[in-house]
Amino acid sequence: MRGQEARDQAERKAAMATLAQSSGDDIVRLWNEAGLPSEAELLRGPETGLVTVRGRIGGGGAPFNVGEATVTRATVRLPSGQVGHCYALGRDKQKAKLAAIADALWQDPARRNEVETGLIAPLRSALTAAHEKRRAETAATKVDFFTMVRGED
Amino acid sequence: MYVAVKGGEAAIANAHSLLADRRRGDRSLPALRLDQIVEQLALGVDRVMSEGSLYDRELAALAIVQARGDMIEAIFLVRAYRTTLPRFGYSRPIDTAGMLVERRVSATYKDLPGGQLLGPTFDYTHRLLDPELAAGADVAQPLLRETEAQAMPRVSAILDREGLIEPDGDMPQDHVPGDITREPLEFPMARDIRLQALSRGDEGFLLALGYSTQRGYARNHPFVGEIRMGEVELELDVPELPFAVPLGTVRVTECQMVNQFKGSAKAPPQFTRGYGLVFGQSERKAMAMALCDRALRAKELGEDVVAAAQDEEFVISHSDNVQATGFVEHLKLPHYVDFQAELDLVRRMRAEYDARGNADMLEDKKEAAE
Repeated sequence: MRGQEARDQAERKAAMATLAQSSGDDIVRLWNEAGLPSEAELLRGPETGLVTVRGRIGGGGAPFNVGEATVTRATVRLPSGQVGHCYALGRDKQKAKLAAIADALWQDPARRNEVETGLIAPLRSALTAAHEKRRAETAATKVDFFTMVRGED
Repeated sequence: MYVAVKGGEAAIANAHSLLADRRRGDRSLPALRLDQIVEQLALGVDRVMSEGSLYDRELAALAIVQARGDMIEAIFLVRAYRTTLPRFGYSRPIDTAGMLVERRVSATYKDLPGGQLLGPTFDYTHRLLDPELAAGADVAQPLLRETEAQAMPRVSAILDREGLIEPDGDMPQDHVPGDITREPLEFPMARDIRLQALSRGDEGFLLALGYSTQRGYARNHPFVGEIRMGEVELELDVPELPFAVPLGTVRVTECQMVNQFKGSAKAPPQFTRGYGLVFGQSERKAMAMALCDRALRAKELGEDVVAAAQDEEFVISHSDNVQATGFVEHLKLPHYVDFQAELDLVRRMRAEYDARGNADMLEDKKEAAE
């Protein structure tokens, strides 16, 4: 059971990461296509605030504060009782609200599959494709060193 | 008696509407859209985010338009906006080793795991103005090269194996990272607080100071161990969730400067390090920050403090361009009363001087003759 709980948490976190990284427009479009329900009671927000970004001295040393970032959060409760949260960079309130509803729906075992296949999976594959493209564009700028041999023998 | 002088409301209102008109410029040209600025003036946006100390591209773009391209004014606007928002907390420290790298170069090792990735750089361009760009020519898609994803450890981790380079900077176990947005600056300050100030510091100021160290004012023999730029994931611990909540990704530039060090009473000969970490693609700033970080560690490493770049109070107190511009620019606001008082004083001093005048001069001549 402990293992199952940890897996569930990891999957829920991965779904939240996908939602946070995706654009509000993509979420709205897929939401409508999948026909996901959007009725929910707003318990908090959506509201925009700041999160202070931390780095580490030398990359891996003691933490220090780099600067702030705008973050929008929302908490919702579904008619069926599940409470969902969203925290995402930026100021897109509609995105935060929908992502919180998605998180709540995800926690409903009867709904999870619908959310995963209709929303999370297509968002994730779009993000993966974008990352792969970025990686390949960067890889094309990799320096291939070669050695010049001068003289004979 | 104190007489308040009022007036100027109409002049101010009209000046601001004139500003709005000039900002818009020729109405026959299309108005700039924020997404155009985000996409096409991206490094300007990054500078405003880094020195405004607020990661939000659209807000930075709005600030640039509102400030008519005046970067320090834009940074000022962003700093002012930040103060209107509530704070949700401090993120977990970002992991630059896990970055989705868009550029990564090392000037110290040719062959390093992951390789040298030039990315979208101005380096090796000829710095010739491009008439095709002026004509609005189409731009080709970038080339792709399929490779397996490769781990890209930080160069500092590779150098560390011989023990000839100092480790990443540590603070005492119970140290809570300081925050200059919460507490006033106090000197001397810990390195973590200094780094926060440097990361939002003025690029030009830090660049000049970094340059001064290279020219011999606190020379510290730097090499770029590594520069990397790309996106890192951000996570926040919140009470309502049993795991750190993922917030999305931010683009940062990191510079690991490696400095030859001949040793001192406090430390043996080794490579010491300076660190730069800045929002966005801000390579020059990250490098300047790393040079200044190293110079400011003079006392810690037992070096003599002989130059401006090593003087913590001087550097940190003057690195913030919002503070600097506020104090310099306030000079143009009305100082009528101050100036009247000073005028009165100078008149009196001049009268006394004139009265003394000839008598003193005669005395001076007499003394000189003796």
